Amino acid sequence: MMSSSTEHNYETKSYDVIVIGAGGAGLRAAIEASAQGASVALVTKSLLGKAHTVMAEGGMAAALGNLDAADGWVPHFKDSIRGGKYMNNWRMAQIHAEEAPERVKELELWGAVFDRTPDGRILQRAFGGHTYRRLAHVGDRTGLELIRTLQDKGIHCGIDVFMECTITNLLAEEGQVAGAFGYWRESGRFILFKGKSIVMASGGIGKAFEVTSNSWEYTGDGQAMAMAIGAELIDMEFLQFHPTGMVCPASVKGILVTEAVRGEGGKLTNALGERFMKNYDPERMELSTRDIVAKAIYAEVRDGRGSPNGGVFLDISHRGADYIKRKLPSMYHQFLELGDVDITKGPMEVGPTMHYTMGGIRVHPETQESPTVKGLFAAGECSGGMHGANRLGGNSLSDLIVFGRRAGLYAAEFAKQQTEMLPIDNEKVKAYAQALVEPFERKGTETPYPIHAELQHLMHTKVGIVREEKFLKEAIAELAGLRERAKKARVDGSRAYNPGWHLAHDLINMIDASEIVAKSALQREDSRGGHTRLDYNFSDDKVWRHRTSVASRAEDGTLTVGYFDKPQMPKELVALFDKAEEKTAFETEGKF
Amino acid sequence: MMMIVSDAHTNRVANFHVFRGNPDANGEHIGEVVNYEVPLKPGWVVLDAIHWIQANKQPDLAVRWNCKAAKCGSCSAEINGLPSLMCKTRLDHMPADKPIIVKPMKTFPLIKDLVTDVSWNYEVNKKIKPFTPANNNVDTWRYFQQDADRVQEFRKCIECFICQDTCHVLRHHSKFDKFFGPRFMIRLAQLEFHPLDVADRLKFIKEEAGIGFCNITKCCTDRCPEQIRITDNGIIPLKERVVDRFYDPITMLLSKIGLG
Repeated sequence: MMSSSTEHNYETKSYDVIVIGAGGAGLRAAIEASAQGASVALVTKSLLGKAHTVMAEGGMAAALGNLDAADGWVPHFKDSIRGGKYMNNWRMAQIHAEEAPERVKELELWGAVFDRTPDGRILQRAFGGHTYRRLAHVGDRTGLELIRTLQDKGIHCGIDVFMECTITNLLAEEGQVAGAFGYWRESGRFILFKGKSIVMASGGIGKAFEVTSNSWEYTGDGQAMAMAIGAELIDMEFLQFHPTGMVCPASVKGILVTEAVRGEGGKLTNALGERFMKNYDPERMELSTRDIVAKAIYAEVRDGRGSPNGGVFLDISHRGADYIKRKLPSMYHQFLELGDVDITKGPMEVGPTMHYTMGGIRVHPETQESPTVKGLFAAGECSGGMHGANRLGGNSLSDLIVFGRRAGLYAAEFAKQQTEMLPIDNEKVKAYAQALVEPFERKGTETPYPIHAELQHLMHTKVGIVREEKFLKEAIAELAGLRERAKKARVDGSRAYNPGWHLAHDLINMIDASEIVAKSALQREDSRGGHTRLDYNFSDDKVWRHRTSVASRAEDGTLTVGYFDKPQMPKELVALFDKAEEKTAFETEGKF
Repeated sequence: MMMIVSDAHTNRVANFHVFRGNPDANGEHIGEVVNYEVPLKPGWVVLDAIHWIQANKQPDLAVRWNCKAAKCGSCSAEINGLPSLMCKTRLDHMPADKPIIVKPMKTFPLIKDLVTDVSWNYEVNKKIKPFTPANNNVDTWRYFQQDADRVQEFRKCIECFICQDTCHVLRHHSKFDKFFGPRFMIRLAQLEFHPLDVADRLKFIKEEAGIGFCNITKCCTDRCPEQIRITDNGIIPLKERVVDRFYDPITMLLSKIGLG
């Protein structure tokens, strides 16, 4: 057991820019900051190339127009806003649609090998909510292509990569970042990074849920750390339940089944053999947006029309074995090896799985800087605003590279303007170090693992795909109980590569994020996208359409959840939307 | 087709012999195998059992994993002696009456328990000249799916380093300073076969990467969880290019008399 010493040694490193998280957004930010001449530390909880980005499958949305010449930033922008139920930060959605094609081409320049059109250009596939065939892809392993391309580019850019290094606290002085503190997972030794600017690129919060497609890293660290130094979180009630996760056997429940299955022509049926999407979105059917398909599956199962294992059927076998093995190779192997199902011969069973956090750290739409903490930038899933109430499939990978680049660019610019590093408050660092080793001194009987399991079950049942005031209030009360238990959870062994110790810390971050999701969800008396209230089963276009939820913490840790008026889209962009189209974006809400 | 899960092997208690230990000063694996009785559930993979042990018996048991979906390549270990992904090894496909032995990858220095230090691989990758296109005007680039196919097979690699663990040149002979291993042979093959890459890496492949050390036993191919035909499609064609350049008798003769 670790002795309780009040003296904690740590090594100190200094960089212009500290990037926390090495998925698509973090890598792209680091590459850009480095290209601007900044010295860059890229700090990741995992090995390089293993971040959650690697699991993305279907593709990245960019209006290249390689197949459909009518595509351009305007249709992509409109699709993103419609899909987001008009809750997106309009400027982020615009920048994203405008810049995604350049970013995708840049990946090709750096060695990415996308699937090709017959005339040798980047192939694009159809996806839910996208008017045109828009997703550049590599079979069903596009995330791997993205992260490997950025990884192989990044290692030649002079970036210092800190693998298996967990950041636990940010340091700030008078509203400006000064550094980041954490530990090496291998040894448990502490490390302090002094920095002029910080890019948070730490991903989402999916591991607070029982059935999720997310990897273990998604514990809400970035959100919690950023809030602790004064950043705000927005839109946290909007969670994306991907319609198609594996449902059986139990050990694979939640593993993603790419939307590309539907993009390539997969059909959804219920136990009666009906293509039930005709009852929810007859025009777009299986290629409706994810929120609608997920809730349709939920409703089919609830009403007794589900498959034997509590999902629905998804069938692509009519496309033929050769085509399936070429375009969906990972799905083919995943079902064959983990589920004993040959998808070239018959249907898969699928059901909703917690997949994506639309909300996140509030940022300036152009610079990605927090409006409340100078020098703190955020990009990718840990940031909020781009996707509104529901993200379109394919818009995440493009988000990573568009806003990852911007965060890196402006973080480097910010760093250039600082003449020197801000001083580090050693007393704070000591307190953070002491808090990290404190769990070793606890005498309780409970480890963090059962508390984590209970948290996941609670969030799934009471703050999940559909919500009600009664259950949200219960969840908030139960979260307080879980927090008290988490603070007492026992940690065994030493600081060397100790998953129990790691979880003891991550668990608090998950509970923090869960509380904010539950409180934001309780506040929003409205249903739209990734937030559905059975007791407010409609989209409230008068009041809640114009409000963005926001959460912040006082210095003593007190949480406040409120809202602000969503920025208004300028007239020339409003003019792009037609009112009839807008109506159809909402009329499905009452059907669940 | 309906999913069928057999109960025969799944509602049972299995014995897991899991390596627990720490490295000595040289990274050698010093420790012991500890037995854990684990009640199995249908469809479980080895990683599920390891997680059960963490949650119920041994909270500090060290294991490296990320996605538990065979996409990230983090949870490589040796299961009953075979380098494998823990997230992809089904328990109901294994004998019911024998213990399941889980050990860390032998080829790499130990960090703790099932976690090894694979940083050598990241250092090797840095030595490889990255993708070098003939021009930067991507709007003019055209190449076809048949060309992409050859490269994409290698780009499926999830860097689990199971091939490196398996390769006897590294595993038994520790030629870490002379041979890059199968993972980086296919990284090199991927670059060499990219239709738009113009860099010449053949001398490097021969001298720095040490392709000659591979004697085509194909063990790496057998264990690749992505089913990349590492040897047949990657290493052998690279060897042919190296032979054509450096060992062709006519070329050798011409270069000897100053005409090559």
